[in-house]
Amino acid sequence: MAKVDLNNMEGVYFDVLREIGNIGAGNATTALAQMLGTKVDMHVPKVDLLDFSEVGEAMGGEEQIMAGIYLVVEGDISGSIMFLLEKSSAKVLVSRLMGTGNDNPEGDFDEMELSALKEIGNIITGSYLSSLSTLTNLNIYPSPPDISIDMCGAILSVPAIEFGTLGDKMLLIATEFTDDVKLEGYFILAPDIESYDKILTSLGM
Amino acid sequence: MSNMIKVGMADLKLCKAPDAITTLGLGSCVGIAIRDPVTKIGGLAHIMLPDSTQFANNTNIPKFADSGAQELVRIIVAAGGNRTRLVAKIAGGAQMFAFSSKNDLTGVGQRNVDAVKKVLAELKIPILASDTGLNFGRTVEFYPETGDYIIKAVGKGVKTI
Repeated sequence: MAKVDLNNMEGVYFDVLREIGNIGAGNATTALAQMLGTKVDMHVPKVDLLDFSEVGEAMGGEEQIMAGIYLVVEGDISGSIMFLLEKSSAKVLVSRLMGTGNDNPEGDFDEMELSALKEIGNIITGSYLSSLSTLTNLNIYPSPPDISIDMCGAILSVPAIEFGTLGDKMLLIATEFTDDVKLEGYFILAPDIESYDKILTSLGM
Repeated sequence: MSNMIKVGMADLKLCKAPDAITTLGLGSCVGIAIRDPVTKIGGLAHIMLPDSTQFANNTNIPKFADSGAQELVRIIVAAGGNRTRLVAKIAGGAQMFAFSSKNDLTGVGQRNVDAVKKVLAELKIPILASDTGLNFGRTVEFYPETGDYIIKAVGKGVKTI
């Protein structure tokens, strides 16, 4: 019998997953600060188990244009991880990283900017996963990233469908980064059900 | 005065003219719009996965193409739609990323579209138009009054099918 039932998650398991979210997001923030060469503050992440219908709303509406960076995870656990941020936040991040000063929130990303954004997502999710790996002593290997700039609902359909094979809720970790502007980013870790069990078992649960 | 009814992910609702019905940001999911052109009673389902029979936990009816389409037909007929006059339009089923997770979800968008076509064929409901596949999200609005299915995509304008 699987320990984790997404529809009826017991408090203690949820607390563990929330703590993993906290630590992962903390590590990701450090990586972001190193990348930008500035101090980045992070608020305590909000971790929620949401109904599918609530997720888009939680990110400012299904039609909010966002950048989603998606990686498949293999190794001792399998599943996927996604890092999402609003298009305007993505513009700011890319402009900081590349020193272009082009952080006009309107307009599209060129190839170079998309590539930079993919790499930002890669580093942020990588540091998230490496903290999960260290914590659980499990081997976790992410695939190369892919990116989509589209409506929040459409991007979210990908992890939502993965969660949909397990139950009727998805686990969302919302993080607010602040340097001199506020950036809101979201992590969605979508492991399969055996992987949830492995993670909890490896933590002695 | 007409209203715009909103359907969420893994959700379905009835809609009678002059009201319209919408679902926002369809990605790999599929939006199934069905109506009776005479009584102008219709509805919209936002399904996520192809086949409820593949899952032990399948009580969430609107989540699956097969059970979702059947339920949508049931509520339209219950509200006064004529079973034999029903027609459908479908949209969505994109592949948002170049690859997908290993656990049998490769091309889930296309598999959703295939499953919707199969179940509508079984229900003998003709598909009058579709806008599916490719790699972008779609917001759809359905008007049971006219049968117009309006599709909006980022940077691609608006089209009516």
